[in-house]
Amino acid sequence: MASEQHMVPPGVNLKPEDFRKIGVDEKQAEVISRESLSAWQDAWQRLRQNKMAMASLGLLVLVILGAIIGPHLTPYTYDSNDLLNTNQPPSGAHWFGTDDLGRDMFVRTWYGARISLIVGLAAALIDLLIGVVYGGIMGFFGGRTDSIMNKISEVLYSIPYLLVVILLLVVLEPSLWTIILALTITGWINMSWIVRGEIMQLKNREYVLASRSMGASSNRLLFKHLLPNAIGPIIVTVTLSVPNAIFAEAFLSFLGLGVQAPKASLGSMISDALTGWLAFPWRMLFPAILISVTMLAFNIFGDGLRDALDPKLKK
Amino acid sequence: MVRYVANKFFYMLVSLFVLISATFFLMKAIPGDPFTAEKKIPDEIRQRLYEQFGLDKPVYQQYLRYLGNIIQGDFGISMKRLNQDVSHIISQTFSASLKLGIVAIIVSVIIGILLGMLAALYHRKFIDTAAMVLAVLGIAVPSFVLATVLQYVFASKLGWVDVMGFNDPLDYVLPVAALSAQPTAFIARLTRSSMLEVLHADYIKTAKAKGLSWIVILFRHVLRNGILPVVTYLGPMTANIVTGSVIIEQIFGIGGIGKQFVEAISVRDYPIIMGITIFYGILLMVTRFVTDVAYVFVDPRIKLTGGKEG
Repeated sequence: MASEQHMVPPGVNLKPEDFRKIGVDEKQAEVISRESLSAWQDAWQRLRQNKMAMASLGLLVLVILGAIIGPHLTPYTYDSNDLLNTNQPPSGAHWFGTDDLGRDMFVRTWYGARISLIVGLAAALIDLLIGVVYGGIMGFFGGRTDSIMNKISEVLYSIPYLLVVILLLVVLEPSLWTIILALTITGWINMSWIVRGEIMQLKNREYVLASRSMGASSNRLLFKHLLPNAIGPIIVTVTLSVPNAIFAEAFLSFLGLGVQAPKASLGSMISDALTGWLAFPWRMLFPAILISVTMLAFNIFGDGLRDALDPKLKK
Repeated sequence: MVRYVANKFFYMLVSLFVLISATFFLMKAIPGDPFTAEKKIPDEIRQRLYEQFGLDKPVYQQYLRYLGNIIQGDFGISMKRLNQDVSHIISQTFSASLKLGIVAIIVSVIIGILLGMLAALYHRKFIDTAAMVLAVLGIAVPSFVLATVLQYVFASKLGWVDVMGFNDPLDYVLPVAALSAQPTAFIARLTRSSMLEVLHADYIKTAKAKGLSWIVILFRHVLRNGILPVVTYLGPMTANIVTGSVIIEQIFGIGGIGKQFVEAISVRDYPIIMGITIFYGILLMVTRFVTDVAYVFVDPRIKLTGGKEG
């Protein structure tokens, strides 16, 4: 038949030896032909395909490296002033220019990034710790415990967040640690609700029942089975709460309740630059770019992480 | 329904009470009192002042008196400005903030819904991508950075609007843009994802099959259900705009409550700080309560049984 001749492309010579009978072997169906992937490897593969998220990850690594080594790249320190060279534009000597006290902006910008990152990460981690414990107890024990604890958190949550932070810092004198304390005083509630929701959903699964029926203790159930399975949303919440804390600290700087001079954070540098910044835009420019890039990268990376860890949610 | 509303109302009152008490006791914890000044006041006068303001009474009586005053709308007197009532300062400066805030809310809602709608209708096309890139930028770039950039480009370099001031309608443009960028972006994302869900719903297919025009489908069926999540965001949005306005008023030199707040904090004028904090607290909690209740009215799918859900 003519049509069958066309099925073999020209130049391909098939001989009878090229064919082999494979038959039907039912055991073959069970053979695992590819390497099995853990949930993490799976998530990593999905994340790697998300170009925006990977670019954000790269930016974050750069910002973190800059915050670690940046302040040591020039001979100046963050608080060494030079009153003969105030408000200098960027030059070979001062790569990002100088501020109103002649302090080197390059050093201060990276030093500010370091403080902002420390505040953001520390606040996020403390929120994580309190949120997981509080939310874990609510979700795991349920019933009256849950109801009472949930009501307390709801009352605290409906007090506007930044007002509480401002009040605390007006009373406690602002320093790096009091700022972190103030940011976390009601900041953990969101995390506790996420954990509570996850745990409530997970604790009715069969594997938990199986483990419980084998006599596992509450501790073992919580730390071995429930929390590890809830880790995805927890990580995403942490990632997305870092930029919030960085923003909150910057906001406090505008009220004069942020990191106090001569120390600097990105927010306090922008706030300081506000006076007369139309004349000296570089004082505003570099910290503003850095804080925007950092917050943008954390947000995009967090979104990407959520899609990678829970592909069902993706729209 | 009544139980749900009563329940939410009760929560709001408890939260307010916690905030007011926390404010009172935190301020009491600060060493010194309103009459600690550099210049020493004679003891007799100090005693007289203490009596007049009730500072000679035990703390719990001061507390009760403070609560009573707040219920009557009296927030005390400023420490640094002679004979200035805190409630007077608030009511004087509130109108500027209110105008700015309301315009920002309206702009955010309209532009946010439009952007989200366009993105959903042109799902995975260029418009969708562009709108979502804008939304991510809007969420991540802090309002004060945006404000200074806008000020630099449009006021300082191009000279289209004034750098500062808040008198004619043109002065609204930059502060409103800076203030509403983040809420707009949030609303756009919310609208987009909920509209995408609605667009695939069966009743939309039915409406199409009935031969309704796309305008009717879009506005009567899709939009009505698609913007429901936006209602839940109205509470957080107000909080966002109120806190945002504190900085934006400072940058654009607008004489609103936010500016008073910043000034009071910088000179540590405690009665004003307390007054504005509680005022903001009441404002935001009432908004939250209203949107919680409003959501039940606009979403007929929520059938309330008892007061437990919510």
